[in-house]
Amino acid sequence: MLAKRKNNRAWLLVLPVVIVVAFTAIIPIMTVANYSVQDVFSPTNRLYMGLDFFRQIATDPAIVDAFMRNLTFSTQILLIEIPLGIFIARLMPREGWKAAAALVIVAIPLVIPWNVVGVTWRILARPDVGLLGVGINQFRPFDIGNTPADAWFTMVAMDVWHWTPLVTLLVYAGLRSIPQAYYQAASIDAASPWSVFRFVELPKLRRVLMIALLLRFMDSFMIYAEPYILTGGGPGTSTQVMSILLSVLAVIQFDLGKAAAFSLIYFLFIQVFSFVFFTVLTLDERPGPTKASAKKQKVREREIRATATEGGNS
Amino acid sequence: MTTTNIPVVKGPSSGSYFDWRSWLFWFLMAVWSIPLLWLVSMSLRFNEDILSRFEVIPSRISFRGYTEFFTDPLWYGSFINSLSYTTMNMVLSVAVALPAAYAFSRYTFSGDKHLFFWLLTNRMAPAAVFLLPFYQMYQAVGLFDTTYAVALAHMLFNVPLAVWILEGFMSGVPKQLDEIAEIDGYKFGRFFLTIFIPMIRAGIGVTMFFTFMFSWVELLIARTLTGPAAMPLAVQMSTTSTAAGLDWALLSAAGVIAIVPGVIVIWFVRNYIAKGFALGRV
Repeated sequence: MLAKRKNNRAWLLVLPVVIVVAFTAIIPIMTVANYSVQDVFSPTNRLYMGLDFFRQIATDPAIVDAFMRNLTFSTQILLIEIPLGIFIARLMPREGWKAAAALVIVAIPLVIPWNVVGVTWRILARPDVGLLGVGINQFRPFDIGNTPADAWFTMVAMDVWHWTPLVTLLVYAGLRSIPQAYYQAASIDAASPWSVFRFVELPKLRRVLMIALLLRFMDSFMIYAEPYILTGGGPGTSTQVMSILLSVLAVIQFDLGKAAAFSLIYFLFIQVFSFVFFTVLTLDERPGPTKASAKKQKVREREIRATATEGGNS
Repeated sequence: MTTTNIPVVKGPSSGSYFDWRSWLFWFLMAVWSIPLLWLVSMSLRFNEDILSRFEVIPSRISFRGYTEFFTDPLWYGSFINSLSYTTMNMVLSVAVALPAAYAFSRYTFSGDKHLFFWLLTNRMAPAAVFLLPFYQMYQAVGLFDTTYAVALAHMLFNVPLAVWILEGFMSGVPKQLDEIAEIDGYKFGRFFLTIFIPMIRAGIGVTMFFTFMFSWVELLIARTLTGPAAMPLAVQMSTTSTAAGLDWALLSAAGVIAIVPGVIVIWFVRNYIAKGFALGRV
């Protein structure tokens, strides 16, 4: 491969993207920043507020509660989706038409419009006519419209159903890239299925698992359409996550300053997180012997040595 | 990637006479499909049956939901609205992203890493943050409640996605190709359009599918930027309550119809699906 050429005229090729994103991202964010520091009564009548809105946000129990709800939700779905995704990916057929069919079937929940996911689960969880609702009602009373715990349970179940396939696909792609030689070495060593998973597969899956973990965390942190359709944030505010609360503030209550300050904090939080994400992702791609690649090299040498000695013993 | 052709020991999924892994997998998939089968079953039932009795397999079948969907201009109109803004968005995003992805894959230039990261962060920004400014911006320029507004607004997340996927595909094309073309006297424009683009048509296809998909599934921005005239299918679906309550059969039928384009799409991109979703849901 030839090295990339240094050429600042490449900026001309990037220019259309920069212009588009400036109009769709920068200007809107500047508007938000502008609103967050002043109270706008009319285009000609506005009052500079300083950081007042930010202070209101930090102490508003509704917003703090929504934030905590998002955190709880993300933790719960991660604890379920990551192990379940790995489990399903290891069961998936690897060859032939079955592998293609399995890929397509696993991916179906991912291409369903998010509001249809909400509608599907709303129908499914109806305590009077839905399969899930009626099913649970046989054992204990279940009412998604009135019992906060039931609504929460349905929201988690819905997310697990919707997004575990993403984890599965990523892990499946990671598993496919493990050379057969590794499995051969493991079987020569008579490794148990558990140690094959623990010492051969898991280290190789580190990168895809990192992607899956971060994607799922951020996505669940921004979730909107599914719980909005499912319960509208109710009963009460029991499933009101931050995006739902923000859209109420911005579009329904039209509380511009507060919504803007909230938006900015929300935005910054995600930005910091994506910075971490990007750094982790590109860790292996940096030129030169990075820590990760040096470590990989060492592991490889150790594996080769181990295989050699094992072979000599038997 | 190393590939060995010696099938001595295969991966963990084969080797035993009773393939319990395979059985367990298909059983799990059956469980996974229950919500969708339920949706299909609801769409085929009579509203009075839905509300009066619980049954797993419908005792009588009605296609009223579907016929109503395709005869009511409000419904098929919203379907067309959704299709039109997703298509516009797909074409615009790919067109804008092509030269940029080429620049990222072929050259280093001042600030390229920062620019790439900055594009990426837009893909990850919560849509809810942009509601307020989008609403005012598109109202100010008179595009509110048109499909153009949604098509432009969705470029927020689809342009970075398109740049990213295309850059990956372009980096797979050897740079020698560019240099040979240059030596042969091709001007950049002609080289790009007649040689380079045909070479990465698979990548362009995959990018188009994913930009289509992510515009198709989005609800929040589409809902905020439209009124009655350009109402997308997703929004029309949340306004189905009549005096008699929700029209469950029609709502389910609309849900089934909204899933169809996505299912068609995954068949075409099944080999790129992990990568597309990894980048697409950033």
